Amino acid sequence: MAEALLLHAHKIDHTTRATFAPQHLIEVLTYLKKTLHFDQLLDVTAIDEKPMKMVYILRSHDFIDSYILTTSLDETHTIDSATSLFESAHWLERETYDQYGVHFVGHPNLTRILNHEGFVGHPLRKDYPIAQGQMCHETLDLLPQLQARLESKGILTRQSDGTYSSGSRDIMYLNLGPSHPASHGTIRTFVALEGETIVGAVNEIGYLHRGFEKSCENHTYNQIIPYTDRLNYCSSLANNVAFAKTIEEMLGVTLPDRGIFIRVMLIELSRIIDHLVCLGANLVDLGALTNYWYLFNPRETAYDFLTKLTGARLTNSYMRVGGMAHDLFVGWEEEMKRVLADVEQGMGDTLKLIEHNRIFHDRTQNVGILTPQRVRDFAISGPNARASGVPYDMRKTAPYYYYESFDFDTVLGSVGDVYDRMMVRFEEIRQSIRIIRQIMARIPSGAVSIDDHRIVLPPKPSVYDSIEGTINHFKLIIDGVRVSAQSHYSAIEAVNGELGFFVVSNGSGTPAKVKVKAPSFTAMSAYASMIEGGQIADAIATLGSINIIAGEMDR
Amino acid sequence: MDAIIIETLIKIVVVVLIFSALGGFGTYFERKILAFLQRRWGPNIVGPFGLLQIIADGIKLFTKEDIIPINAERGIFIFSTLIIAVAAFTAFVAIPIYPQFTVFGYTVRPIVIDVNVGLLFVMGVMAVGMYSPLLAGMSSGNKWSLLGAARAVVALLSFEVITGLSILAPLMLVGSLSLIDINAYQMGGIDNWMVWQQPIAFVLFLIAGFAETNRKPFDLSEQDAEIIGGYHTEYSGMKYGLMMIGEYANMFVVAFLVSIIFLGGYGEAGSIVNGEAVGAWGGIWLILKVAFFFILFVWVRAAWPHIRPDQLMWLAWKVLMPLAVVNIVITGIVMMA
Repeated sequence: MAEALLLHAHKIDHTTRATFAPQHLIEVLTYLKKTLHFDQLLDVTAIDEKPMKMVYILRSHDFIDSYILTTSLDETHTIDSATSLFESAHWLERETYDQYGVHFVGHPNLTRILNHEGFVGHPLRKDYPIAQGQMCHETLDLLPQLQARLESKGILTRQSDGTYSSGSRDIMYLNLGPSHPASHGTIRTFVALEGETIVGAVNEIGYLHRGFEKSCENHTYNQIIPYTDRLNYCSSLANNVAFAKTIEEMLGVTLPDRGIFIRVMLIELSRIIDHLVCLGANLVDLGALTNYWYLFNPRETAYDFLTKLTGARLTNSYMRVGGMAHDLFVGWEEEMKRVLADVEQGMGDTLKLIEHNRIFHDRTQNVGILTPQRVRDFAISGPNARASGVPYDMRKTAPYYYYESFDFDTVLGSVGDVYDRMMVRFEEIRQSIRIIRQIMARIPSGAVSIDDHRIVLPPKPSVYDSIEGTINHFKLIIDGVRVSAQSHYSAIEAVNGELGFFVVSNGSGTPAKVKVKAPSFTAMSAYASMIEGGQIADAIATLGSINIIAGEMDR
Repeated sequence: MDAIIIETLIKIVVVVLIFSALGGFGTYFERKILAFLQRRWGPNIVGPFGLLQIIADGIKLFTKEDIIPINAERGIFIFSTLIIAVAAFTAFVAIPIYPQFTVFGYTVRPIVIDVNVGLLFVMGVMAVGMYSPLLAGMSSGNKWSLLGAARAVVALLSFEVITGLSILAPLMLVGSLSLIDINAYQMGGIDNWMVWQQPIAFVLFLIAGFAETNRKPFDLSEQDAEIIGGYHTEYSGMKYGLMMIGEYANMFVVAFLVSIIFLGGYGEAGSIVNGEAVGAWGGIWLILKVAFFFILFVWVRAAWPHIRPDQLMWLAWKVLMPLAVVNIVITGIVMMA
């Protein structure tokens, strides 16, 4: 019955696309979730066309198949909320409401999330001018939201005059952030405390929202790559690859093998760097200060390598659509060996300090637990999911870039607490080192970029000496890479999990829409429920362990 | 009579000066040792080996804008900074910081007053220092300070019990509360040190010392990653400086106490046997012992994470306190036998 509601369903590789009538949303999603076992809602977004379209991206229980649903809304821009089926829909629908003004009927808290509460209009609508700034400076009052949450937990009771009473319990409200030493960026958590125990929490994010997706709609594809650096700024190159790979798939081109190997190597190096940052910062939050230097010193060696390769230390825009800016430098093998040796040394020293430390165990074990079911409900991916024992690693479930040919293990935790998340990251550093060593042994010679000068810039001599080269150069710089009209979702196993780009092209050199499926965003939406029942100290340890990168979460 | 008053006044000035300076140098040494353990340089720009860093820090603290928040209880906010420093310095009154020595035929006893309840006095005065975080946290008008105050007081109160109970057993053996008597009890070489007779008391007292001086792993009241600065979040300039000096002075008090009670103190130094002063090196040994415990404080800070308030409570009441009581009972039985 419900199957008949899915129209134009067609499957290519592991991705099925279908449309449906908006009034059937709940039936369709229920059918996909219950019957076909697509139990994770990865992303919800809209496309501002006439008429307004909604997009739902789902992932199957075994993480292999994706389902992309689209539907057209009528003039009222209204659709049912999927929050009754998927926990992740809470924040994803809020974002869609915020950016596009789509109303979700039945959403318990349909408020803005990335933009300020006082913002007027919906910035990702095509009629919103990109340069129109708005000054918003009122602090968002989170108290009603928190009180509603406490009421639902039975801690507060609403009295006849509309105020709340906590009975005999002594509740103190406290802002953890936005500027708090352990908020790692700017994240606000508003908590209700009973003693030091957190009985209720709500989040406010968006402090680092820069309108990444709006900017994308006004730049050529290659101009977007430096912007992707600023998503997860601890592992810029992985973002570069995720975006470039999406556009290359839309163009239907494949990189030469050397290019692919370099990309995989740089993703894994980024993974190492990012994990080092996460672990170092997390340990500092636990008070184990020394580990910060033990872990950050090797990171510095890695950054020296990247500086030499890309010219930039943190935001290395090295990828281009169709390849890379240039080949590796001469003598990179020696430097890479030193980076890996330093990382192993620093990691070994840190593990010696904490591995058998009772205090560390007591502080991290059984703290901030994320059950496998909640991982799926919130569509959490990456090390955070694997620490809970959920075998969600795109390098294994949907291999790309020859990952199936590398010998490495998926690292899984058993409990899903802070300890597991940290130890999974330590072990993943080891696995990444293994992959890089295999690449260094196997990397072929040859070109790093494709040989199509409608996509990749021609070499400089040809630009200066030949008419064709000059025209190619000119067209690429002025118009950008032209991508035929289509929509496409592609993702890689980035450092924090599945980093996906949903791109809509219109045949020009500029995308009509870019939506980032950011792993930190869904992880953060689970945070409030993870810290409730714990103490302030646990909340800090938990926040550090899920590695929220505000650049990626707030975009 | 006048001579004693003058001598005492001079001693007081000397003690205050030495330990204020040690408080300052303490920060320098702590930063240097910490840097060594963490594979970095530490202060190395101002002066040779960065030694003048403390002067730079002092100038900074003295000239910094002194902010008192509008919501703070002004009087208590200012007053509470004094308590911790005053309490820590007062504690030194009854501590023999060096064996007695003779200068120009005048015998100097480097203890301000040898009260016969010396140890009790030191412990009592140190406990008064607890009012500083309590009042500071409550008067700041800041929830983080309040949390810090609650944490500090709960931790200090619990560990006050451990401190008291743990040194009861050694005191039973010595039969006196005077630190000079305790020192005298251990004369005659390493074999006579209290630590061999009372190893459990030694460990308990040391652990409690970490808690009472707010050091890692028990530095709950000022965990910046959790509760910003704890009770001194709102303090700036010299008010903050005073609190820091008080904390460092406390570290030295604890280091002196452990060295004297358990590690033989200065031994026979200063005592006269057959008309000749013996053990001239005892004073140096005492200073080295104190330095060792200071380094231990820093070492632990570099090596370990810190624990959670509820874990601290669990440790104090469910592990350490029963141990201390058992230790007293066993000591009593052995003494009776």
